[in-house]
This record gives sequence, structure tokens and C-alpha cells, in this order.
Amino acid sequence: MATLIDRRIDGRNKSTVNRQRFIRRFKSQIKKAVTEAMNGRSITDIDSGEKVNIPARDLSEPVFGHGPGGRREAIHPGNREFVTGDQIARPPRGSGGGSGGGQASNSGEGEDDFVFELSREEFLDLFFEDLELPNLLRTQLAKAIEFKSVRAGFSNDGNPGNIDIVRSLKGAMARRMALAAPHTRRLHEAEEELQQLLANPPVDEIRAKELVEEINYLRARVRAVPFIDTFDLRYTNRIKQPQPTTQAVMFCIMDVSGSMDRARKDLAKRFFSLLYLFLKRNYEKIEVVFIRHHTVAKEVDEQEFFYSRETGGTVVSSALQLMGEIITERYPISSWNIYTAQASDGDNWHHDSPSCRDLLLQRIMPFVRYYAYIEITPDRHQSLWEAYEEVKEKYPNFAMRQIDGPADIYPVFRDLFKRRTA
Amino acid sequence: MSASRLISESSEWTFPMLERYNEVIGQIAGDFGLDTYPNQIEIITAEQMMDAYSSVGMPLGYKHWSYGKQFVLTEKNYRRGQMGLAYEIVINSDPCIAYLMEENTSIMQALVIAHAAYGHNSFFKGNYLFRAWTSADAIIDYLLFARNYVAECEERHGEETVELFLDSCHALMNYGVDRYKHPAPLSLHEEKQRQHDREEYLQSQLNDLWRTIPIKSSEAVAADSRRFPAEPQENLLYFIEKNAPLLEPWQRELVRIVRKIAQYFYPQRQTQVMNEGWATFWHYTLLNRLYDEGYVNDGFMIEFLQSHTSVVQQLPFDHPHYSGINPYALGFGMMSDIKRICQEPTAEDRYWFPNIAGQDWIKTLDFAMRNFKDESFIAQYLSPKLMRDFKLFAVLDDETQEQLEITAIHDEAGYRRLRLALADQYNLGSREPNIQVWNVAHRKDRSLTLRHTRYHHRPLHENHQDVLKHLHRLWGFAVRLESVDDNGKVELVGECPPTRGR
Repeated sequence: MATLIDRRIDGRNKSTVNRQRFIRRFKSQIKKAVTEAMNGRSITDIDSGEKVNIPARDLSEPVFGHGPGGRREAIHPGNREFVTGDQIARPPRGSGGGSGGGQASNSGEGEDDFVFELSREEFLDLFFEDLELPNLLRTQLAKAIEFKSVRAGFSNDGNPGNIDIVRSLKGAMARRMALAAPHTRRLHEAEEELQQLLANPPVDEIRAKELVEEINYLRARVRAVPFIDTFDLRYTNRIKQPQPTTQAVMFCIMDVSGSMDRARKDLAKRFFSLLYLFLKRNYEKIEVVFIRHHTVAKEVDEQEFFYSRETGGTVVSSALQLMGEIITERYPISSWNIYTAQASDGDNWHHDSPSCRDLLLQRIMPFVRYYAYIEITPDRHQSLWEAYEEVKEKYPNFAMRQIDGPADIYPVFRDLFKRRTA
Repeated sequence: MSASRLISESSEWTFPMLERYNEVIGQIAGDFGLDTYPNQIEIITAEQMMDAYSSVGMPLGYKHWSYGKQFVLTEKNYRRGQMGLAYEIVINSDPCIAYLMEENTSIMQALVIAHAAYGHNSFFKGNYLFRAWTSADAIIDYLLFARNYVAECEERHGEETVELFLDSCHALMNYGVDRYKHPAPLSLHEEKQRQHDREEYLQSQLNDLWRTIPIKSSEAVAADSRRFPAEPQENLLYFIEKNAPLLEPWQRELVRIVRKIAQYFYPQRQTQVMNEGWATFWHYTLLNRLYDEGYVNDGFMIEFLQSHTSVVQQLPFDHPHYSGINPYALGFGMMSDIKRICQEPTAEDRYWFPNIAGQDWIKTLDFAMRNFKDESFIAQYLSPKLMRDFKLFAVLDDETQEQLEITAIHDEAGYRRLRLALADQYNLGSREPNIQVWNVAHRKDRSLTLRHTRYHHRPLHENHQDVLKHLHRLWGFAVRLESVDDNGKVELVGECPPTRGR
């Protein structure tokens, strides 16, 4: 009469929906907790989830209940020394669980924080939620949607200019072989038979004649297969893809000079990896240009940017120079939103700082939407900071912040990319 | 006693083994006269157990964030190892569904089968509260109906709207039960048919109550003096469902769903000691019989007893982990004690329990299981011996007094007082504040007044203002809460929205 059912296979994650609802419901509290958690600690790896504390009272579901006070008689087990009529001092409130604590289990709620773990996805979503690239503009307002024609395979018809010769001839050859195949086979057989016939006299004249006729006929058939047919033609196919009207490029400039010690480089890398994660996550189409510099600047790929060990002295202007060149070359300001994030310890060759300022003022700042400079130094600022302060006065879209240690990364990052309400 | 009867020596369980255990335990339970619903035993993973946990043991809950919160909490505690999961969850339904966790050893599985599939199951079937308030054959259908209905509402009216509304209902869930009427049995089919009629009927009722067409003045006077409701109402959700002026039909249906589910759990909240005590007593008795008949070996019994004793352990009040009286311990103690009184009564037992001393223990226990709830069960059966065993004592905490007073201990003079006080601790009526619908100003501002009648001067918990907000959301007009003390003095303790000058 009993049924035994194995339910292990079905119904996993039944509570996922409820969990998501819970998170959505307490988004503001959780967000606050996430931010607080970030402010108070260094990041070890950005890819992990995060533990979140929420004050339990924020989550409570209120119901009518008795509060403390009034008259209550509680029964407890384990009497040792009490006798009827004993008077005992009232234990301090909140000690709970002691003798005479009343319904300690009922009134003891609401003290502990509610701690739980967010998954990496949930965490990043919340962390990046109200961040954005400032001043992002549609670069070409007037035009309707712009299309770009891109290659998309091959098609059977099209305009003669687009004929793909190799494809077409390949197709033709295949067709010729296929159509001629039965005749060619028979032709080979006939030729062989004829040869044997002729090799062994006396020759059967009639048969030889027949064979010669057949061979001639078959050769004509094979020749009659056309070399190329309209059927064989292949055209390169092009389709129009709508171009996003907001195009953005982020220049990441990192100082890898000798004065940037391991710890500082590490901070810079963490900052950039956070930035990179943020861009990849929140913007579908964004280009990132990585520039490393010591005395010489170099455009590198992601791998090299984060992992290369090359180092040297410091000439910041080299990077700015390179950036200026890349902009003119590849990112016409008419169609690109240009952003820059630069990290350095501010320890520049002192004659170079004025030229950095000039470069920025003349060649860069007029074209970029936002320029974020972080200086990784626990010490006093040096010449670069002072030079940059002049830039900041001229351009409100130039931001500079200082990072002392790992704990500053998240707050500074959030501060730099906070969503600003218009 | 041949060794061939042994079911298993391994601690790994297999399906055939579980079937065999179930068969043998079922047989023995039958010999003891346990009357059960058919069993449906389901094997689930730890994660599924957490799911089941967080939906308060409902196999099919509607979706709501509070279950997510519960899940997160359970998961956290479990991951950190602060809490073992319950070995089983059992659903009061017909067939009775018992969940077994796959991580359990074969011994634990046998224990759980005895505990849940025979202990709890027979309690669900036999106890008068469950018989009166729940219809085991229909609950799964009803939960399914509820879940689909809530999902449908979310689709039509938006998830957030529905969720907020359910929050408000949940806040009053404990005040959504009938205590004195028999509910009509519910089933998916009937429910769906009647739901439609109900919507229309309700609306027509309301229209009459909230009629705004002018009436003759003499009638108006009579109507003004007519109180509404004529009698105070204790089922707040029912009152709201039937009378709240502004609710949409679907909202009324949601109130009803929450109310029905509260009603379903109402007996469980009143029979914790009995239910667990009964199930623990029977797993203990059944497994011992299993051992006596040679189905299990010594190793089995040692693991079983170790688990059993930790379940029925009662920590003394001054222990750092003390958290009140353990219902398993008290329940098991009392059930075993009744058996003892029947079989080996002392002079004291004959004086205290003349009716059961020396009677057939199976019949006596069966009677006790069927006809009591925690409060009355303790008042009826708690024996002096058990009070001594537990070393119970009563502490009076009166806010007007400087100090706490020990009012009774486990001695001749204290037994009755102890027993009454302990029974009162399990009385839902005194555990929860007594709050009823007192009046609706149906000719004025349509405000709703609730009255809290104080019990032993106990004030309401300070969060009552939050609950009033929820009530306000349901009622749609001003809501007031008054408190009446023992002298009949009425005092306004809260209102929502707050009015000026108060």
C-alpha cells in the first residue's frame, strides 16, 4: 500500500524563483550592504560572490504578538535549588535563555544580522547596476540608422561584380565531373577493349569498328558538357548591418615604470580589470585600447596588458602622444565616444609633466567624453598631479582620484563611474 | 529469531531495503492498531529538503519572496554546518507524503519511516483537530489551485502588486483561522467552480452594505445605531474577505487562499507536543519490536538509540543552549508515562489518574491521541512523576514586582499549579494576543476598529504599527487598534494612517 518514489532527479532549484524575488525585494538593502562590504575590504578576486549582511529587522514580516511586560508565568525544567516562594533578581533584558527569561525564544528575534551569499552574477549585477560611462552621446544625431555592409557567405544570384571566381569554377568543375562521369567510365572501358583487340591478331574487324564508333561518340558526349554554366555562378553575399549610433572606445593607460612597484602595479591591474569587467558586462559594443608605457608607450593586447613584465623609466607623455595618434588614425571623433582611464603613481620625469598637460589640453581633452586619472600613491602628490590639476580646472569631464590601498579601489571606481542624473 | 530475518547490516540503503523496512514496520504498526493513510514515501536530496523546508512543508507553494528568504536562511545555516536538516518532512495529506533525505543512513531511513509514515501519519488521521480542520484528501489539490491562481493573478495584475498584497495577508495569517466552525471540504474541482460564483455574490453583498443611495431618515437612524459587525469577529482575514469595501474579486480570493492555508496549519500549531511525542513514542516502540523480532541487529539499535536520545534530550534551564521545553522530550515523556501508568501504576498514579491506571495502554493512548490538543493533553495527563523527572518549576514574571518569584516547584503543593501553567503555555489563545474586529464605522468614515483584549496585562509587541499598515492596505480605509485592560478601560494604541491631534 505504500509507494516509494525517487524524487531526486526532478525538481531541483524549486526555490530559485523565490530566491530571486527575495533579492529583488531587498535590492536597496542588499545594494547598500554590497557597497559597505566593498568599502571595508580588499578584493582578492573579483570573480567570487560576496557575503551580504542585512539587518534582520529590515526583513521582518510583522505579526501581532505579545511584547515584553505584563504578567507571565513560565515553566522551566531542570530545577536544582529553587523552592516555592523564592525571589530572584530579574535578569537583564536580552540575556535571553536564562531562568525567567520568559519566552526567550520568542522575544529574542531581530538582533542578528541576516547573512547570506550572493552568487558572482548577482553580485556583479548589483555592483555595476547604477554605474555608467558619463557623457555617452549618440555621435551622429541627424542621420537615421546607419548601415554597414558586411560579408555574409555566398549566394546564388547577385551582381556580376560580386562573382566569386574560385567558388564558381570549383562548382563548375564538380558539375562537369558529375555529368561526364558515366560516359568517361564507359569510354575507358571501350578504349581498353579496343587495345586488347588490336594487340591479339587476328583482329575482329567488326568489333573493332563498333568500338571505334562508340569511342568517338562518347568523346563527343564528354566534350559536350559545358565548361561553365550559369548554374555554377556564385556571388559573394553582403548584408547590411545597422551600426550602433553610440560607439565608444575606452583607452586604458597604465604606467609600468620602475617606480611602480609590485603592489602598485597590482592595484592598477585590479582597477583596470574591474573596469574591463564593467565595460564588457554593461556595454555590448565597446572597444578597449590598452596602452602600457614606461619611457616608451606601446599598444598591447589584453593578455600583454595584464601580464607582461616589461618595465623602465617614466615618460607619461609618450602614452598620451600614442593615444592622440591612435585617435586620429582609427577613431574619428565624429562617430566615436572616447574615454580614457589612466593609472600611474604620478612619479614622472619632471620635465615631462608640463608637456603632458599641454598634450592633454590641446590634443586630447577637446575630443574625449571623460578622462579618469587615478594616482596610486600613499605619498604626497608629485609634479604630474599638479599638472593635471590645471587640466581639471579647464575641463569638468576630467576626474582625478587617489588610491592608497586595495580598500580604495571599489569606492573610487564607483565614484568615477557613478550614474549622474542630468 | 533466525538470522535470516535480518533486513540489513549495511548502513547504505537501497530501494528494496526501504521497501522491506516499510513492509515490516507497517505490519507491526498494524499489530498495534495504528490507523494510517496510505503512505507515499519520497526520496529527495538535501537541496530539495531545503526547498521543502522553506515552503513551510507545503509540497506546492505559491511563489513569494518570503519563501526565498527562508530558503536563503536555511541554505546558509546548512552550508555553515550550524544546522542539520531534519531527517524527514511529512505532509498531512491522503496519501500521506513523507520525504526521506538521500543522505540518511539505512538506520535513519527506518527510523524516519517509523516516525513519519506511521507515527505522524496516524496522528494526522486520528486527532480530532486534524479531522475537523483539514481534509487530507483535498489539500494537494487546493495547494495546486492556489499556486495556479496566484500565478494567474501575477500575470494579470503584476508580480509586485500581488506580492505586496500577499505580504499584507501573511501579516494577519494567524488571525485568519476559524476556531469554532467546520470548514467545507475543498477540492480543486469544486473550488474552481465556486470561485467564480463567490466573486459575484460577494460583490452584490458589498454593494448593499456600502450603499450610497439615500434612504429615509427613520431608516437611517436605525441603520446608524446598528452595529457592524453585530458581534466581534475573531477571524480578521475572513472578515476582510467578506467585508472590505475596496478589494477586487481577485484580491478577495487571495485573502481566502491565505486564510485556507492558515487554517490547514492551525491544528499543527496546536499539537506540536502531542504530534511529535506520538511519533517519537511510536518509532521507539516499533523499532524496539523490530529488534525483538530479529529484523535488525545490535548495531542498528545502537545507532538508533543514539539518535533517539539526542532527539528527546531536555536541557536544563541554566544550560547555555537551553531554548525552552523540548516538545519531543515532553511529548515522548508523556506518552511513555501514560503507558507506564497503564501497565505499572503506583499509588500516586491511582490517585491522580483513577480512570487510566491499570487500563489497556494501547486503547488509552489512542484515546489521548484522538481527543486532545497540547493544552488539554498536558492539563489532563501530565503526571507528578514526570514533573519530578523534568524537575519543572514555575517562575512568575510580573512587571509590577521588583523580583521574579518561584511560584511552584515539583512538589505536592506545586503539581497542579505547574500543570496548569504549563498547559497555558501551549494555549494558542494566551500565546497570541486576542485581537478582534470590534466595529466598522460604516455610515461615517468606513474606518475599522480592532480591539485587543489584554491577557495578564501583556502589551502588544511594538511592531503592531507595521501590522496595522498591512491591515490598512487590505481594508482600504482608516484602521484603529484599541486595547482593553482588565478593568475594561479602552485605550487607542495605534492607527493607520495616523490622524492629527492624537
